[in-house]
Amino acid sequence: MTKSSTASQKHRSLWSDVWAQYRTHKGALIGTVVFSSIVLAVALGPFIHTIDPTLLDIRAKNQGPSFLHPMGTDQLGRDTLAQVMAGGRVSLAVGVTAMLLSMLVGTAVGVLAGYFKRLDGLLMRLTDLFLALPLLPLLLVVIMLFRDTLRGMFGPEMGIFLLIVFVIGITSWMQTARIVRGDVLSLKEREFVLAARSIGTPDRRIVRRHVLPNVMSPIMVSATLGIASAIITESALSFLGLGFPSDFPTWGRLLYDGTNFMTLSPSRVLWPGLAISLTVLSVNYMGDGLRDALDPRIRGR
Amino acid sequence: MKKTYLYSALSAATLAASAFSPAAFAERGADGHLNIIYWQAVSILNPYLSGGTKDIEASSLIVEPLGRYDEEGNLQPWLVDEIPTVANGGVSEDFKSITWKITEGIKWSDGTDFTADDVVFTANYCMDPTGGCQQLEKFSDIESIEAIDALTVKITFTVAKPSPYGPFTGGESPVLQKAQFADCMGAKAPGCTEQNFGPHGTGPFTVSSFRANDVVTMEANTHYRDENKPAFASLTFKGGGDAASAARAVLETGEFDYAWNLQIDPTVLSQMESAGKGKVVSSYGTSVERLMVNATNPDPALGELRGTVEGGPHPYLSDPAVRKALSLAIDRATIVEIGYGSGGQATCNVLPAPTVYASTANDDCLVQDVAQAKALLDEAGWVVGSDGVRAKDGVRISILFQTSTNAVRQDTQALIKQWWKDIGVETELRNIDGAVFFGGDQSSPDTFQKFFADIEMYTNNFNGTDPETYMGNWACDKIPSPANNWLGGNMPRYCNPEYDALLAKMAKTSAIEERGEIAKQLNDFLMRDGAIIPLVHRGRVSAHANSLMGIKHNAWDSEIWNAADWTRAK
Amino acid sequence: MFTYTLRRTLIAIPTLLAISFIIFALLDLAPNDPTGNLPMTIPPEVREKIRISLGLGEPMHVRYVLWLKQFFINEPLNIIEQWFGTTIGDSENRLRVQSWSTRSPVVDLIVERMPQTLWVVGMSYVLGILIAVPIGVISAYKQYSWFDQIGTFVSMIGFSVPTFFTGVLLIIVFSVKLQWFPSIYDTNHRVTDWASLGFQIKQMFLPVLVLALYNAAQLTRFMRASMLDNLGQDYVRTARAKGMSEKIVLLVHVLRNSLIPVVTVIALSIPQVFSGAIITEQIFRVNGLGQLLIIGIQGADIPLVQTLTFIFAVLIVFFNLIADILYGILDPRIRYD
Repeated sequence: MTKSSTASQKHRSLWSDVWAQYRTHKGALIGTVVFSSIVLAVALGPFIHTIDPTLLDIRAKNQGPSFLHPMGTDQLGRDTLAQVMAGGRVSLAVGVTAMLLSMLVGTAVGVLAGYFKRLDGLLMRLTDLFLALPLLPLLLVVIMLFRDTLRGMFGPEMGIFLLIVFVIGITSWMQTARIVRGDVLSLKEREFVLAARSIGTPDRRIVRRHVLPNVMSPIMVSATLGIASAIITESALSFLGLGFPSDFPTWGRLLYDGTNFMTLSPSRVLWPGLAISLTVLSVNYMGDGLRDALDPRIRGR
Repeated sequence: MKKTYLYSALSAATLAASAFSPAAFAERGADGHLNIIYWQAVSILNPYLSGGTKDIEASSLIVEPLGRYDEEGNLQPWLVDEIPTVANGGVSEDFKSITWKITEGIKWSDGTDFTADDVVFTANYCMDPTGGCQQLEKFSDIESIEAIDALTVKITFTVAKPSPYGPFTGGESPVLQKAQFADCMGAKAPGCTEQNFGPHGTGPFTVSSFRANDVVTMEANTHYRDENKPAFASLTFKGGGDAASAARAVLETGEFDYAWNLQIDPTVLSQMESAGKGKVVSSYGTSVERLMVNATNPDPALGELRGTVEGGPHPYLSDPAVRKALSLAIDRATIVEIGYGSGGQATCNVLPAPTVYASTANDDCLVQDVAQAKALLDEAGWVVGSDGVRAKDGVRISILFQTSTNAVRQDTQALIKQWWKDIGVETELRNIDGAVFFGGDQSSPDTFQKFFADIEMYTNNFNGTDPETYMGNWACDKIPSPANNWLGGNMPRYCNPEYDALLAKMAKTSAIEERGEIAKQLNDFLMRDGAIIPLVHRGRVSAHANSLMGIKHNAWDSEIWNAADWTRAK
Repeated sequence: MFTYTLRRTLIAIPTLLAISFIIFALLDLAPNDPTGNLPMTIPPEVREKIRISLGLGEPMHVRYVLWLKQFFINEPLNIIEQWFGTTIGDSENRLRVQSWSTRSPVVDLIVERMPQTLWVVGMSYVLGILIAVPIGVISAYKQYSWFDQIGTFVSMIGFSVPTFFTGVLLIIVFSVKLQWFPSIYDTNHRVTDWASLGFQIKQMFLPVLVLALYNAAQLTRFMRASMLDNLGQDYVRTARAKGMSEKIVLLVHVLRNSLIPVVTVIALSIPQVFSGAIITEQIFRVNGLGQLLIIGIQGADIPLVQTLTFIFAVLIVFFNLIADILYGILDPRIRYD
């Protein structure tokens, strides 16, 4: 702690440098603003637009946008705006958490397998196994074994949330792991890693200082794509009855349920679809900016 | 090859038509090609190896039973001269045997004669204990089955059967050709892929190519008993996808002529229909969407005793007032409007049809009465607590409500949850994948038989028109429990000695009016005790192209039972 | 490299056996049941008999060994018999791997469904790669140009909008409103002349479009990111300083070094071609391997799902090996021995 504070007096700290570079990236700034607005909207929106997302009003079913229902209503007369906001909380939470989990596992497996030859065989065969496992039976088994336990420990909603994040996380890390491993295999033969090793740098530091920063960009891409897949996978799970209860809106589910009503009330698919796309786009630009900001070569320019 | 074959059939038909029936009927094959879409794809064309509705209906174009139910639910002679009854001497006085007389001159699609031997063979084929026959129920209590002569079959039962029409009526038990299936008995049945994918039949069509779970193509049967039928020379029976896109293919794009089982949002369906390319048709059999009310306690804390009679009664659903109130709070008309449209009618009976069996004693439930529901609960001592949920002696009415995954069911769940909330009942919804829920896997806690929830919702019905077996589901000895491996149809764990006595009486009664009276009483028992809360009398919903004529939509048998009579408007 | 390949191939055998056992155990443990989709009118006692006739009465390990025997001995023997027209042993009573729902040999079902899956899903991957690589390269080379921005936008939308939505949207626009393309794929269609090829292209158009958009979106992002990483490397500056043309620097040096993650993604995708595209196949009724698998899973058809997944596992192991060999070719510094 003291070391870094003295360092910041001498020259600018790493993080302020990164922030300065990040701010110059126009896409990243726009992305940050959009993403924060989405988060704010789903977090605070329900306090302004106070209709209960699960409240049914049969007389007002399948309505187009109106003052009372700015995004219209669904086939049971539920307010789409309230559902999009409530769904956003869940979808963002699931998307981000599951993505983080899958990145964590994927990066760890990838780096370990790529860097340490002894672990490579074992970890890659494990990856093969996970790639080959049929997802749906796996889900059925996981749900059967753990749903009631988790429901008892954390309550129905939190229990299912943990279960879904876990399931999506452990079934989506393999691609990241293989990509990272491929890059690490190539990186560890590069001059700077060889140089670091020749001066006796311990493996742990080589990985942290030299290898990890250089595999950031595929990880960033995987992370962006991971959020989108997690949000959509969640909708598939709840559709199959393996996820949240059916009256619990999420973006993916709203989009799925709305698909058949596309010609009847287009606003039902427009808004959840837009919300998912905007989130993914803004995260993508934020990732771009972060990657550039973390790259010392670009930062120096 | 295929073309010349067709051509000769066509010319033969033309000749015959010009000779005997001048312009009264279209000749065989005159209307070209027919496209049918079943969104559940056909897996196999042998109904004895797959009880799936789609398989039974597809095979009904090829193989036929001795008697079929028409669109009114009346048994019609199909391959026989008349339906055997006591009056015409076909059924013995003691109801222990039935004798079928096959019509002369019926031929299999390979040109050989259809005989009583084929019928006897088919019964033995299904009753072989190692074959895993899925229609075994149809052949229960058979003592013997014999061919009296080439065209007469006698079936003898071990018990008196007031309704002896189980075997060989309806699409579930058609006759297979002995010559073709002779080597496919018992354990060898599944290995006969070629036979199972292309059975010879007496029906209007024969298989020309079969791709399992995908598409079947058929051609007109050149040996069909009516030389002018079918009007279509060939047909494609495509499968896959979902109900909404099947409806779209008929009603909006016009790529297909007939689509089956369109349980989709009625608003969407009528919007598709308004495109003007086709019509939606529906008909009613015995299917009722109902809530099963658990009489036993599903609390996980009970461990092994969970959901069993030994585990004790349900903490709040054992109170008749609660059951009554839950039913009163439901607006069945709205459920129909939202989820079923023309494919459903509000009902207060678990046995809604045929008319002679349908009770009218419970019809007051058709009108939602929230005030009375609340009053009932107040009276019974269930008071609204600070959390808005009614409770008595520390027991809160908090319901776990489960059903299978299906868009309409989830909508219904949401509606019911809201109505119950209005009377102070808390509901947690759960939906379970159909293959798990209806699967009956011993290790799964989520099956409809284990019923580890307070309320569950699904549809049930019965084949044919006789409700005796169906009403027998709610006898005391049909309660699923660990002792019988959770096999049993009595999901609500209803047990009433009076009900069982009435069932025994029905088994001995043969007069139709009397049987009707008993069936009504049985139904009223279940309704009065609140073991089952019926919601919607469900119809079959299908769609056909405007140009397709002669459809008699049928809920009692295969819905394409009269495909031989279909024609295309010019 | 040769000894490495040999060693990996030998290790693959026990790996695959272990994978097959885990998959089998998983399918057995799953709570869905082959009688689950039958009508309610079939009583529980009959259901129990059906289960026993399917062999479900036997313990799990017995059924697993039976599957191993059917798959590794009976099926190859059957193929040999078909090729050479001979009979080996008691071929009449030799049971092949039989699907429960169709009661027909699983391998025949798979062979029957290969063509449409390869046409549609395979074509969409080829198209996806052909679109993605150039777009990724140009996007990286002209980072933050309008081309890059549009490319990013389109590919992120392409990836974030799920195929269940785009499929239905395209059907409504192109099949219902414009009536340009059929919404239902005809698997019986055979390409024999130009006209039938035209129809084949027409019926493939929508599903291939949906899938290619999705695949290209993902690949473009990895291609672009990897190119960007390499464009900043010292060797690029050196190459330019040596006076090499920009084309050679970009397409020979940078592209080659950027291909490692792209090769990984493609190697992961090829097995997925064979596992089909479940949602897209369902929507357009292509009824290929993806639809076969999902029907099998929904109906708890264990022999079918087990065989399909196992073949899928073999492809995964094989193509990952190919990817590892390609790494060595793309970057000779990578050594495995």
